[in-house]
Amino acid sequence: MSKAMIGYILSIAALLVAIWLGVSVGSVKVPISTLWDTGADAIASNIVWKIRMPRVVLAGLVGASLAIAGAAFQGLLKNPLADPYTLGVSSGASVGAVTTLFFGISVPFLGIFTLPVFSMIGALVTMLAVISFAKLVDRAMKMETIILTGIIFSSFLGSVISLMIALTGEELRQIISWLLGSVSMRGWSFVQMALPFVFIGTLLLWVNRRELNAMLFGEERAQHLGVNVKKRKMMILIGGSMLTGTAVAVSGTIGFVGLVVPHMTRLLFGSDNRHVLPLSFINGASLLIICDLVSRTIIAPTELPIGVITAFIGAPVFAFIFFRQRKKGGI
Amino acid sequence: MLQVENISGGYDHQLIVKNVSFHVGKGEMLGILGPNGSGKSTLLKVISGILHKQSGDVLINGKPLNSYSSKELAKKMAVLPQLHSHAFSHTVRDTIALGRYPHQSGLFSSWSNEDEAAVALAMKQMGIERYEHHLLDLLSGGEQQRVFVAQALAQQAPILLLDEPTNHLDIAHQKQLLDTIKTQANENEMTIISIFHDINLAALYCDRLLLMDQGEVKAIGEPHEVVMKSQIETVYKARISTNPHPERPKPQITILPDIKEERHEKLITIENFQVTDELVVFQAEHQLKTWSSAVINAGTGWYRTFVNRRVDAHYNIDNAQTEMQQFLVSRGYSETETVGMMTAVYTKDAVIKQYDGDFGSVIVMVTAGVGNAVDVAKAYEVEALPAIGTINTWIIINGELAEEAFIQAVITATEAKTKALAFEQVKDSRTGTIATGTSTDSVLVAATQQGAHIPYAGPITEVGKKIGLGVYECTVEAIQIYKKAKGWE
Repeated sequence: MSKAMIGYILSIAALLVAIWLGVSVGSVKVPISTLWDTGADAIASNIVWKIRMPRVVLAGLVGASLAIAGAAFQGLLKNPLADPYTLGVSSGASVGAVTTLFFGISVPFLGIFTLPVFSMIGALVTMLAVISFAKLVDRAMKMETIILTGIIFSSFLGSVISLMIALTGEELRQIISWLLGSVSMRGWSFVQMALPFVFIGTLLLWVNRRELNAMLFGEERAQHLGVNVKKRKMMILIGGSMLTGTAVAVSGTIGFVGLVVPHMTRLLFGSDNRHVLPLSFINGASLLIICDLVSRTIIAPTELPIGVITAFIGAPVFAFIFFRQRKKGGI
Repeated sequence: MLQVENISGGYDHQLIVKNVSFHVGKGEMLGILGPNGSGKSTLLKVISGILHKQSGDVLINGKPLNSYSSKELAKKMAVLPQLHSHAFSHTVRDTIALGRYPHQSGLFSSWSNEDEAAVALAMKQMGIERYEHHLLDLLSGGEQQRVFVAQALAQQAPILLLDEPTNHLDIAHQKQLLDTIKTQANENEMTIISIFHDINLAALYCDRLLLMDQGEVKAIGEPHEVVMKSQIETVYKARISTNPHPERPKPQITILPDIKEERHEKLITIENFQVTDELVVFQAEHQLKTWSSAVINAGTGWYRTFVNRRVDAHYNIDNAQTEMQQFLVSRGYSETETVGMMTAVYTKDAVIKQYDGDFGSVIVMVTAGVGNAVDVAKAYEVEALPAIGTINTWIIINGELAEEAFIQAVITATEAKTKALAFEQVKDSRTGTIATGTSTDSVLVAATQQGAHIPYAGPITEVGKKIGLGVYECTVEAIQIYKKAKGWE
């Protein structure tokens, strides 16, 4: 059996376990069978279907989106430290989302999708700005250059958000907790809001899995191999921004998922993007479901923002990857 | 197959390639030469579509480059760039398999048997099968280079563009790679355009060469039309000399250094000779440029020691070369710095004389045994080659001899020798006519390559006169000694 095959089996098993834990563990223990047992206790059924299940699904979608977007950004930029958070793309998406809430923007034909769409636009614009600026600074786009550019952009965009919050006073207090990242009390409507974009974004990345492999050898090489680099790059940027924007719109800024998951996936199952992308998707979902579970149980009844948990795991991994890359002589 | 018409291009507003035109046919291998910064890589980038040309046309099969889609183009043309970068760890196999990208289509693009065969063949051609499952970044630079060449070969495109394919490779792998590529051109009619740093490799393998200078085509044509001393020296601004490849009809170059070697000029004199019962030995402080028909180290070369060894009449000549080599080594003579000859004559009978002229001086050494004298004009009548006896002639010159002077020196010496035999009335015992030499005569011309430049050495040149006189006198004297020793007189 190939390494990738083992990867799929293990990852799907882990996802099922994560869902099981996510649904059954909490302030009230509920058996997983409630999901399909029609004769189950009504209260338990309510907890599972109205609270736990949407939360697990949303966490899964957000984790999957961030992880696969991270994997794609890393491939595109040939930079193992790139992820929506470190690139500042999440901040861009936040600005898009906060602006929407701040001005109460509502585009009629977009309906409930107004928020994620603006969030995505924020993500895409930031991504393009970060790449252009990094290229301007250093044509070779070294690892550190890109990350520093990401830091510059997230700091700037962060202050824009703070300013908007300060201007609104009481009203956007909720935004603060949202900014720290959470999937609690969202319900099925948020799942609905996210689902189509997660689907399209993932598809956009997945159809470029082989192109991403080619681009790991540089854009010129990829072009020699027959990749329409310009078009494919744009598809990947749009797909990644779509996923980041959606994740941010429904759950706020959750960092490092897009960094940790692809890295672990590569470490365990190899760096062929044909498998890194789908495996990151699955494992991203599992990781965020588990992180969410931890965030709501570790100091129950208080809930920690989920971003705290992911950063707690993610920052050391970030440090580790950085250390290893520098030892290897960088990229 | 590939036509380049008046293309100009470069980066931003800086024109690097100017007005370049050429065409390459099916199965042809074109080498691109030029000094650093002459625009070779830029030209290749323009041809491969990475850089936009500012004017001109690149046509593949008569169709302009930009009429092909990325994938179609990759099916027609594979490119190996000069620098490789890669991120994350890939196995060798996965890397090469990417070469099949243009041949796969559809959302799921399954891996076909054809893809598999192409990858297997490419790995075999580059001799990297055993690295198949290794990680690329754990391989050495040369191994990685071969993996990238294999990736380009797996593309199975009829046109292959290479930017210094032998980068990082040792000579065995340079040869293997270029042999493989050349075979692709010869057998599969692949069209190959390759940039070379190494002029010799380019001249050896390519059908035609294109020499670039400051972004323009300086010369294009067959290797002998491009690799010319004056042209290469002008473009590369380095002193070179050209010489033929020993096996193929292709020119090769040698760099001529401009630094002066620290060696005090020391004239060669008779003092450099030493004669014992067994050997006539010449030893010089510095190597002399030598041209000889000796047993050991014949041909041209730079040697410090010349040995003329006496062997008796029963010496087994079947194994002469090996035996002589062992003999020289056993006597402490360096295998690589010694020219060795043999004679049956007593070495004490060697005639050694010095002749001084305006140009410098000539020292002649002759040992003559004429028991086996032959009239070259009647030799066709003679069947067996019996008896031994040989005339060994050394001509050592203080001066700087040109190539042709070496050959003229041999002619002059041979004529003088023949005249000496005639004067001494040495006859070919089988035909009864005056002999012209023996059947095994050997000659050595050596020059210090210091002092006066001597362009010619024919009979009426200053040096030729000394050679003629010296060889004649020494040979006559040596024959007389020989005759006396044999009791003929």
